[in-house]
Amino acid sequence: MFWIAWKMLIGNRAKYLGIVFGVVFAALLIAQQASIFCGLMSLTISQIYDTAGPDIWVMDENVQFVDDIKPLSDTELFRVKGVPGVDWAVRFYKGIARARLEEGTYEQMILLGLDDATLVGAPQQVFLGSIADLRRPDAVIIDDAGYKRIWPGEPYRLGRSFEMNDRRAVIVGITKASRTFQSFPIIYTRYSQAVLFAPPERKVLSFVLADAQPGLDPEEVCRRITERTGLQAVTQEQFTWKTIWYYLKKTGIPVNFGITVFLGFLVGTAIAGQTFYLFTVENIRQFGALKAMGTSNWMILLMVLSQAIQVGVVGYGVGVGLAALFGFWSRAATRLSFFMPWQVLAITGVAVFVIVLLASLLSVRKVLVVDPAIVFRGG
Amino acid sequence: MAARHVDDNRPADDMAVRVRGVTKEFGSGGSLTRALRGVDLDVPYGEMLMLVGPSGCGKTTLVSIVAGTLEATAGNVQVLGHDLVGMSNGRKVRFRRENVGFIFQAYNLLPSLTAVENAAVPLLIAGWRRAHAVEVAADILERLGLGDRLANLPSELSGGQQQRVAIARALVHEPRLLVCDEPTSALDAANGRITMELIQQVAVQPDRAVIVVTHDSRVYSFADRIASMEDGRIESVESDPTSRQRSERCL
Repeated sequence: MFWIAWKMLIGNRAKYLGIVFGVVFAALLIAQQASIFCGLMSLTISQIYDTAGPDIWVMDENVQFVDDIKPLSDTELFRVKGVPGVDWAVRFYKGIARARLEEGTYEQMILLGLDDATLVGAPQQVFLGSIADLRRPDAVIIDDAGYKRIWPGEPYRLGRSFEMNDRRAVIVGITKASRTFQSFPIIYTRYSQAVLFAPPERKVLSFVLADAQPGLDPEEVCRRITERTGLQAVTQEQFTWKTIWYYLKKTGIPVNFGITVFLGFLVGTAIAGQTFYLFTVENIRQFGALKAMGTSNWMILLMVLSQAIQVGVVGYGVGVGLAALFGFWSRAATRLSFFMPWQVLAITGVAVFVIVLLASLLSVRKVLVVDPAIVFRGG
Repeated sequence: MAARHVDDNRPADDMAVRVRGVTKEFGSGGSLTRALRGVDLDVPYGEMLMLVGPSGCGKTTLVSIVAGTLEATAGNVQVLGHDLVGMSNGRKVRFRRENVGFIFQAYNLLPSLTAVENAAVPLLIAGWRRAHAVEVAADILERLGLGDRLANLPSELSGGQQQRVAIARALVHEPRLLVCDEPTSALDAANGRITMELIQQVAVQPDRAVIVVTHDSRVYSFADRIASMEDGRIESVESDPTSRQRSERCL
């Protein structure tokens, strides 16, 4: 009987394509907007993941997200080092610096200062120059996207210089780095160099990066740090979610995307529901004939649901496929952030399921109440 | 008082259909319509009965009740030994699936299924495997002269061919009661005659009964008996169809 339902469905090409179009539209819009939203969220946390090495981030107790810098006194480093269970701890500077380029123009840059001795948090994908060159005077490593932004169309060249806070910075390496929410060029340098590049402040220590001793739970060590120092200490995972929640709660980003997703859902439901209803009404005599011949209401219900699910599967596949194609295209051709984790696929799947369920419920009542005697009422 | 057209002395076992005092009302209050007003009717096994009468006289309502697609308001309806009055909807669905074949005026073929797939529908409803159902349906279509049209869609068939597919569909699961609603109304004289011959040859069997609702006087000669209805009642039952045919021709 499901085969008959399928044949009935695809027998009317125009209606079938109309229903599928509604579902495709909804799936495409939901998956695409949700993926762009996830892409934006991934930008907010990219620097946490790019800072390789530490399990634990220590910061001022009022810091709410990774770009919310509330500088600490340098002595806090030693207090953290003194907490039992801390294997090692290093300084980390993060701030915004204004660079004066050779051409005389200015550019905002994200300035990251790594511990002079260990270079913990150094970039992992330096493809021109080397991390060790950071130990040279005035040395900085810049991310490739930043380089292209400052000097568009020009080949990579080490030794180029610019000024920050009236001090010369020389590029000794170029690295790949994840894009950031602020989308400024990223400059890596030693901590001692970074505080010279940065605008003068009494306190300059942004974070203390630390690691738990082997065998100790980092969350437990974080609790100890907070207890003993009064500072906020979180694991990398916790800092990631803290940052994401900040953007979710304190910015209008989720509302804006949510509205678009909801509209996609509504329009998809309206198109699919209306077309599915018309399709069912058009086939009402056929359903009546099937009922007269002994098809139960339960089987009719299953047939309508199977039609809806078939439409849903096709619409979902095409919709998320188009969204993924859009993602590939946009990542290659534009700077649009696009990230489609499995959760987006699952959420889109649930939304599509609800759409086809609503569409079928709208029309199934019509079929269930149809009197099988309708077939005796002439043509 | 309606005339008696039934013989209560005949054993119920001889009767495929036994209807007693059936009434059917639609609506309520001021909009109440009495479609049937105490109908009595017997249809023995091995008989083709034609129900005739003007539009709105209750033919379709009566045949719908006998086929189990409509509930009588009052009276008794026994079909193939089953008491349809008060039968649950689920049992009625099963009863129709196992015992009743339908031929509709508008054919009601599924437009997206081929001829053979349409003919196989009752078997699919009964839960047969598709390949087996199609095989059996192909056999019956070949017997009805549509062996070369098995893969055609209804839109690719003439009216007569579509009606033959409908006949195949009605008979493929070997029902013991065949209900035909105006089976020749959409056909020309030749095709109407061929259709009735097919129904007579294939459907009229000692263990089956056939009820045909028709306005088409050209096919009265195929009936064993003709029941004339008017205003929700059976006015007469004739067992010599040719005399009625002659009289209608004279008229």
